[in-house]
Amino acid sequence: MDAIIETHKLTHIYSGGTPFARTAISEVDFIAYSGEYLGIIGHTGSGKSTLIQHLNGLLKPTSGTVTFAGQDIWQSKAKTRETRFQVGLVFQYPEYQLFEETVYKDIAFGPKNMGLDEAEIDRRVRNAAAFVKLEDALLTQSPFDLSGGEKRRAAIAGVIAMEPSVLVLDEPTAGLDPVGSEEILANIKEYHRAKNATIILVSHSMEDVARMVDRVVVMHEGNIPLSGAPKEVFAQGALLEQIGLGVPQVTRVFQHLRALGLDVDPSVYTVEQAKGALLSTLAGRGAGHGD
Amino acid sequence: MAIKDITLGQYFPGDTFIHRLDPRIKIIFVILFIIALFLCQNVLTYAILAAILVAEILISKVGFKAVLRGMRPILLVVAITAVLNLFYTKGEGEPLLTLWKLEIYAEGVRSACYILVRIAMLIACTFLLTYTTSPMLLTDGIESLLSPLKKLKAPVHELAMMMAIALRFIPTLIEETDKIMSAQKARGAEFDTGSLLQKAKALIPLLIPLFVSSFRRANELAIAMECRCYHGGEGRTKMRQFRLRAADISVLLFGLVMVVGIGTLGHFGF
Repeated sequence: MDAIIETHKLTHIYSGGTPFARTAISEVDFIAYSGEYLGIIGHTGSGKSTLIQHLNGLLKPTSGTVTFAGQDIWQSKAKTRETRFQVGLVFQYPEYQLFEETVYKDIAFGPKNMGLDEAEIDRRVRNAAAFVKLEDALLTQSPFDLSGGEKRRAAIAGVIAMEPSVLVLDEPTAGLDPVGSEEILANIKEYHRAKNATIILVSHSMEDVARMVDRVVVMHEGNIPLSGAPKEVFAQGALLEQIGLGVPQVTRVFQHLRALGLDVDPSVYTVEQAKGALLSTLAGRGAGHGD
Repeated sequence: MAIKDITLGQYFPGDTFIHRLDPRIKIIFVILFIIALFLCQNVLTYAILAAILVAEILISKVGFKAVLRGMRPILLVVAITAVLNLFYTKGEGEPLLTLWKLEIYAEGVRSACYILVRIAMLIACTFLLTYTTSPMLLTDGIESLLSPLKKLKAPVHELAMMMAIALRFIPTLIEETDKIMSAQKARGAEFDTGSLLQKAKALIPLLIPLFVSSFRRANELAIAMECRCYHGGEGRTKMRQFRLRAADISVLLFGLVMVVGIGTLGHFGF
């Protein structure tokens, strides 16, 4: 797979030159491949939010480079602006950015800024609304009259409407109930499949990350100490534990079962895999006992 | 991001002599300093006050950079005031320079310089107060200083509480503004290009969410305060009681000497 976004020795220092100067990320080499579903996990303050705000040029690196499709996004103003539309960024609690009179107009804000014509804007708004399962009736309502989950989906639609080739989401399920989170994660997966888009999901829910993504990047204190397939990353239980992250609950159960002497694969990280692993272990045992 | 550079009302935590002073004394000292500034008539008096200010900044360890950065937003006002003074002060001798109908006199130049220095020092001094005093201490100090007005039925406590809340929310609102700005920029909004009208229009996606969230915050805060049985200042005691120490009294005396000294020096016009 080709790299779509790459950072090289990316460093960002907030409030440089004041007593509050703080290095959020230092010399980070991050890479996202075209079409992959990537998860970024890390603690509050580990630099996740800072990193993703560099990916679409919202933050300017203190040092280091960010390239999109092989080109430096800071090479010209036009390039930076183009990257904004190519890399859609959904902030944490995006419902707080809703401002228009109707949901339709709010979703149309991004496409309008891209300078598209009316027909294209209309197509994109309806498309985006369909992705997040917002009914047509809701489009004419004020965004402030929607429920919490609907607001969140409307705000995500506002970014999807720009049809970015990379969609970055910062804690998209924060503060939602299980049903609401499930719907949002399904919507994102749907966008991933339909557009063959690159998705970068920032989360501290190991379960969500484990279930959804192809590859995990772990952030800790402004660095990336670990990255790889979920199976490889979650196998490093001790290291994850040490930086205060932990592994998915089901992985922990399996590691414990193994410690208790049951011969199971400790690298499972979803309930589905767990079911398979347990069944095969039990079947093996059954055969061993000659039943 | 320019918005982050606004440092008005920002507190730089520290543990220096100035940080530890009683906030009431600090407020009185700032007032005395401002009075002294307006008594200044000549270079010597300005130099003395500048030396005192520099010493204060050095002791407080907030750094000259921070003080200068705080001044940036007000620079334009200062510049306009100075330029107006330059042209409007009429001197006795020959004008130094005549531009069409505008004449510049030596007195004008001097008064423009004075006003520039005066305003700059005034701002730096008040900034130093907010830099070295936490908002809570500051409002406690103001409340305590204004408490005689309670006898006149002035709502001193309520005013102090409103100020405390307003100060408390400045950094929060700045952070919020920054977040919403980033979110709208991520959707292609541009805040710093185009004509004045376009710039004003571009603020709508920023201001509406900001208002909505401010109202929400205000509501939440009111409920949280009611839940803890807040009912105004009547019979409320303070967690921190102010007690004057020797250091506070010496600073106060120093302030008084400064005003009298500057007043005398200015009057005799050395």
